[in-house]
Parts: sequence; C-alpha cells; structure tokens
Amino acid sequence: MLTLRNVNAGYGDFQALFDVSLDVNAGEAVAVIGPNGAGKSTLMRVISGMIPATAGHIEMEGRSVLDAPAHDIVGMGIAHVPENRRLFPRMTVEDNLRMGCFMPQFRARYEERKDFVYELFPRMLERRNQMAGTLSGGEQQMCAIGRALMSDPKILLMDEPSAGLAPVIVQQVFDLIERIRAEGLTVLIVEQNVKQVLRIVDRAYVLESGTLRLEGTADELLQSAEIQKAFMGM
Amino acid sequence: MFAEFTEALFSIFFVETLINGLLLGGVLALLSLGLNLIFGVIDVVWICYAEIIMLGMYTIYFLHVDGGMPLILAAACGVGVTALLGWLTHRLVIGYLLQAAPINQLLATGGLLFFFQGAAMVAFGIEFRNLGVSLGSLAVSEDIYLSWTRLLSFAIAAGVVVVLYQFLSRSYLGAAIRAISQDREIMILMGVNTKKLYLLTSAIGGGLAGLAAALLALQYDVHPFIGLSFGPITFMVCVMGGLGNMVGGFLAAFVFSELITIGGYFAELEWGYVLAFAFFIAAMFVRPEGLFARKS
Ligand SMILES: Nc1ncnc2c1ncn2[C@@H]1O[C@H](COP(=O)(O)OP(=O)(O)OP(=O)(O)O)[C@@H](O)[C@H]1O
Ligand SMILES: [Mg+2]
Repeated sequence: MLTLRNVNAGYGDFQALFDVSLDVNAGEAVAVIGPNGAGKSTLMRVISGMIPATAGHIEMEGRSVLDAPAHDIVGMGIAHVPENRRLFPRMTVEDNLRMGCFMPQFRARYEERKDFVYELFPRMLERRNQMAGTLSGGEQQMCAIGRALMSDPKILLMDEPSAGLAPVIVQQVFDLIERIRAEGLTVLIVEQNVKQVLRIVDRAYVLESGTLRLEGTADELLQSAEIQKAFMGM
Repeated sequence: MFAEFTEALFSIFFVETLINGLLLGGVLALLSLGLNLIFGVIDVVWICYAEIIMLGMYTIYFLHVDGGMPLILAAACGVGVTALLGWLTHRLVIGYLLQAAPINQLLATGGLLFFFQGAAMVAFGIEFRNLGVSLGSLAVSEDIYLSWTRLLSFAIAAGVVVVLYQFLSRSYLGAAIRAISQDREIMILMGVNTKKLYLLTSAIGGGLAGLAAALLALQYDVHPFIGLSFGPITFMVCVMGGLGNMVGGFLAAFVFSELITIGGYFAELEWGYVLAFAFFIAAMFVRPEGLFARKS
C-alpha cells in the first residue's frame, strides 16, 4: 500500500534520513522503533508532507506522494497523528474533529465519521464542547486519533501515541490501536514502548541515526537478543 | 463647581453623549476587526491598514461623485478594491516575509503605509474631498438627536461582527482560520493549503477595511493623510483588547469610544482623545498583554 524507496530528508543542511526504504502492505500494522533522535518522527513527517524529501520515491497505492502538493496527501488516504498530539488547544473537541474533515471531499461524511469516532471514544462525546487544551493526556490522545480518523484514512501514521501517559492509560491506547486495526485500517506506528508495540504489530523496522538497521516480524524481533538488549533493558 | 459637574452628569445631553460614544464604538470595532483577524491568523501587524481604508474611501468617492454610481454600489466596489489590496499585500509583500524577524515585517508594512500615502498624494492631490451625502439625524426626543450616519455605521458594524462570528464559528474555512493561528505547521495534515488560507484571510481583512471606508466616507473628508487620524486609535484598540483577540478588540473599541466622547463632553473633543490615550498608557502599565487578553 505504502512504499518508500531510498528516501532522504532533513532540516536545512542537516540530513536526518539516509536512503530509507520500507513497505507497508494493506491491512498490516508496522512499527518503527529506534533510539531518540534516530529520525522516526522525521520519517512520519516526510510521508505526510510536513517536510519535503530531498531524494527518493514515496508511493501510496501506486500514486506518487512526493509529486502531490503536501496538503493533498491526506486526500490520498494517509492520516498522521503527530508527535505530541498537536491538537488545536483553544478549540473544542468537536471543532478539532471537524478540522480532520476539512477537505471538501470529506465534508459530506462529517456526521457519519463523527458518530464513528464518538462510538470509538465515548469519552470524546462527553467532552465534545470542552477546549482540547484542557483535556487530560489520554483524552488528548483520543482526540488526536479521532481527528485523524475523521477523513476515513486507509493508513494511519501514529507517532508515539503512548508518550507521556500513565502506564494504565498506555495499555488503553494499545487496546485502542488493536480496535482500530480490527476496523481494517493499516497502521504505521512509532513507539518507545517497544515490548508492548511488538505485541500488536505484524512487523517492525529498527531505525538508527537515520538509517534502517533491521527489519523483521514482530515475533522475530521480540526474540532477538540485540533488540532485547537495546530496547527492553534485558 | 461640583454641583455643575453633577448637573452635567445627569443632563439629557450626557445621555446623548453616551449613546454617541456607543455608536462611535461600532465603527471603531469594525476598524479593529480586520486588523485583529489578520494579526490573529498571520501574526503580522499591518501598519498600513488605515491606508487601505483611505484608498477604499477614495474608490467610493470617485465612483460615486465622479462616476455617478449609486452609493451602495460604489461602497460594494470599495470593498472589492480593498479586498484586492489586502490580497495583494499578502501576495506581493507579507507572503515573502513570514519567516522574517517581526521588526522586518513591521518595516515592510510601514513602508507600504508611506507607499499608499504617497501614491494617493501623487494621484489625487492633497485636497480634501467630501462625498456630500448627508443622511440627516433622528430626533429621539426634543433634545436628543442622533446622526443617521452613526446609527447606520453602528448597525452595519454590529451586523458584520455577527456575520464574521458565525463564519468563524460555523464554517470549515472559519474553523481553519481559527486553527491556523494555533498551529500553522500541522495544517498540512488537515489538508489545508496554508498559502491560500492566508490570502483569503488577507482579502477578508482588506474587505473589512473597505466596509469601514464606506462608513467613514459618510462622516469624514477623504485626503491622503486621513489614515493617520484613525490608524493610531485602531492600533490602540487592538492592543488594548489583546492583539489578535477579536472579542477583546470589540470590547476595547467601546471603552475607547466612550472615553473619547465623554472627554469631549466635559471639555473639547481633543481632550477626549487625550483622555483615551492616557487611559491606554495607564492600561499598558497595568496589563501590558491587553485589558481583555486571555491568560496564557
Ligand atoms: N525541526 C527540526 N529542525 C532541525 N532539526 C530537527 C528538527 N526536528 C528534528 N531534527 C533533528 O533530526 C533528527 C531526527 O529527529 P526526529 O525528531 O525525527 O527523531 P525521533 O527519532 O523522532 O526522536 P524521538 O524519539 O526523540 O522523538 C534529530 O537529530 C533532531 O535533532
Ligand atoms: Mg519523535
């Protein structure tokens, strides 16, 4: 579904991604793990058009993502839940959801998608008129995921959805991701909670200093001594 | 002395003053609205905003007086011209300076101020021109007369505020305009073309200047320096309301207009302005972020 080939990207003169190639197949959940500063968020940003690629190809269902204007990428079915959630803090939950439905082709299905999100997160229905900035961390994450789901995407990019959340809530977030998968969505997720994320994905890539070092099924990586040492403190 | 003061306070003319203050506030509110919208969204203060109003006034004047166009139509064209000027201001100047230091942005729009002023002077000369339209006044009672121009200005200003509020709170574009001021970078993830949205906001802000121009042209002569007489007060209203905060600017407009008219009632009109400016300076000491600024 999503294919990256030899992608380079960075910020100004600083190159953060080197020759990254990866694939996500329809219906799959794939994780990208790696230490801080490895370039995981940069990878997500280059796919969703927040930053340009300096080389390489990205294709979504056979269409070139890099040739499309950045603001049309969400229209190709790619929704991005950014690092730190990035809600509009002085807008209500419902207005935040509405922004996820901004593109003209999505608007006709606004009510339907909103009902879907409220069903997935009954808490959001309760809080729909509350300013997003005053939500708890877990609620903000629900709102950010809900906002991304409003466009009925084919693939959901999630950048550290569990960051900054209490352990109980983290478990809830992972349960949620499983439910989203059950809805048929394809997922590409970046996570620090390596052990937990490897339990819910099919495959994973390990990114280090902007380069993909390893790739494997979730089970392979869970067994790998190298991964255990590097990320699970074993 | 004191008796005189209380007598003045309870006089019927004081009531008229208060009402006139309210009516003036409507126009001030409209003036501040466009500037606040632009600042709130684009984070750039258009120092030249009052000069765009001036050019709108000229447009209306020439179309109506020289072109013989009905006033309403001329006003609509004035709004169109200022909307275009707003669009161009962003397209040709601000759009290139979004990442520049704020001081450079200020200098650029300040440069535009002199450019518009100079252009108007070269093109139209320095003579004062008057639309020559008088709407008369409404006799509320034997002693109280309210100018129709002011009543109309207030009604239109109030109407525009309501329409703008509805637009911002209910439409997708309105939501995007509120959103972009809170997080510019991620608008791409929502599928928003930020360049287009900035241009649209600039055109709306320009159009609001045209509307203000139509109302001001009914009350004041047009000349190339007219912007200087209400530019500063517009900025003060915006700053006092908390720059970019449209509700705050709206309230501040009425505080200011009442101060001006009340000062003018007890002394000369100039003292009204002195009072308003003094209040502004005092308010800036107490609450530098603006009287009605939201707590961050
Ligand atoms: N806006 C930016 N401008 C300049 N450099 C940046 C910017 N964002 C990230 N970088 C740099 O790019 C590199 C990769 O950053 P990135 O945010 O992608 O890392 P990450 O893997 O997501 O890390 P973390 O786990 O801490 O979120 C880092 O060296 C970082 O300093
Ligand atoms: Mg990151």
